[in-house]
Amino acid sequence: MIVTIEKDFAEILKVTKEEDNLFIFGCAGCATLCQTGGEKQVKELGAKLESEGKEIIGYSVLDVPCDERIVQKEFRNNSSIRNADSILIMACGAGIQSVQKFSPIPIHPVLDSLFLGTIERIGKFYNYCSICGNCVLEDTQNLCPITRCAKGLLNGPCGGMNEGKCEVNSELDCVWVLIYEAMEKKGNVNNLKLFREPRNWVQSFVFKSE
Amino acid sequence: MKFCDILKRKEFVVTCEFCPPKGTDLTEMLQKTELVRPYVDAINVTDNQRARLYPSSLAVSRILKERGFEVICHLTCRDRNRLSLQSDLLGVHILGIENILFLSGDHPLLGDHPESKPVYDLDVSQLLRTASHLKEGKTLSGKKLQNKISLCTGAVVNPEAEPQELQILMMEKKIVLGAEFFQTQPVFDVDKYRKFYDRVKGFGARVLPSVLVIKSAKFAKNMSKVPGIKIPEKYIKRLERAQNPLKEGLKIADEIILALKEFSGGIHLMAPGIEENIPQLKI
Repeated sequence: MIVTIEKDFAEILKVTKEEDNLFIFGCAGCATLCQTGGEKQVKELGAKLESEGKEIIGYSVLDVPCDERIVQKEFRNNSSIRNADSILIMACGAGIQSVQKFSPIPIHPVLDSLFLGTIERIGKFYNYCSICGNCVLEDTQNLCPITRCAKGLLNGPCGGMNEGKCEVNSELDCVWVLIYEAMEKKGNVNNLKLFREPRNWVQSFVFKSE
Repeated sequence: MKFCDILKRKEFVVTCEFCPPKGTDLTEMLQKTELVRPYVDAINVTDNQRARLYPSSLAVSRILKERGFEVICHLTCRDRNRLSLQSDLLGVHILGIENILFLSGDHPLLGDHPESKPVYDLDVSQLLRTASHLKEGKTLSGKKLQNKISLCTGAVVNPEAEPQELQILMMEKKIVLGAEFFQTQPVFDVDKYRKFYDRVKGFGARVLPSVLVIKSAKFAKNMSKVPGIKIPEKYIKRLERAQNPLKEGLKIADEIILALKEFSGGIHLMAPGIEENIPQLKI
């Protein structure tokens, strides 16, 4: 899922300075799981804005805002949205941009999107996949060096690796050591000597899929 | 002359590292290089060392080359994509620089521009392969170049990093991809280095272990924070107790050099900011 965090409230107040009547969209998908854009967070944001003198015209927790069909339906069926000066969106960048396509009034992002994460428990997420379109997991013991190596190195660790940890953060495992250990268990560490070609970035510039 | 030819001709080879100044006045650096001239076979010029901004290693390498030094120009993957890396390699050839050392480069988060975008479009293995293409007169994308370029290419290995087995695998891989020599991260544990050396000496690429001169306890503690550098507590204690820490630091370096000389085919000296003391070492 897409892991998000809430922007500073001061920033939200700043962008809504000229607007008194606000509508809030939440997300019943990832942002609910993240506890950054579920019903509870939408109501909390509404209460905070009201205490700053804003009027909350209404809110909807969309299921899910990254689906343009759901967004279109919401605008068709919920006429009260038009009474607002702007909509605050508690969803990831994909959700924000799908709302942007159909909104008749200004919109403001409330969240910053961090990464595609796996969840250990609420509040504990791991950045394991960069959705790069060049999956190398088959060859790397299903541990992604593109995402989990700070330098995205494809042919093994850098010289900063030590005691199995990464040079940018000594609490972070060097993914190449994890890959090495997994290969060691299977008795195929020599696979590390196989050369992996430079990444093909063309896939990152596919802007739509048919 | 190519560094590889120097390595072939000489049994014991000494190199020394210079980081360009924080600015464009090379006067002090050039004075220091003159002091070390009689003692070294080649000078390494670092490339935005520790992810901090300095003048271009290519430009400074050329200046040293003009003054008759053999130079080993550092080139990191951190700040350049594959176009820029190849462009610089062609530039290195035009400038008459014959030796190049490839490094990943410390992550920008550790340097003085932590907000910058890290590149790492190629890793060192891929860069070695790319350099081999250029040596054959073609680009990474297979386009033909006017001419072939000639370069002696080196890489780095960290003998003290664990797991060491992984370092050795990486070294073998880099040799297959075209690494002709290696320089290491600073060695303080000579026994451990010797065990490493015994494993890799048959690989067919010369390895120069680095000796770092630690000028004070404070400096040693700071250097211990640099990725890949481990300074044993016993040396830090000696510096703390010493009346003249620099003298003690040179003594420690001499002890390490003496022990390395027994078996190693050379050394790479690092005396950041205090290179003028290199002539005092028992090289």
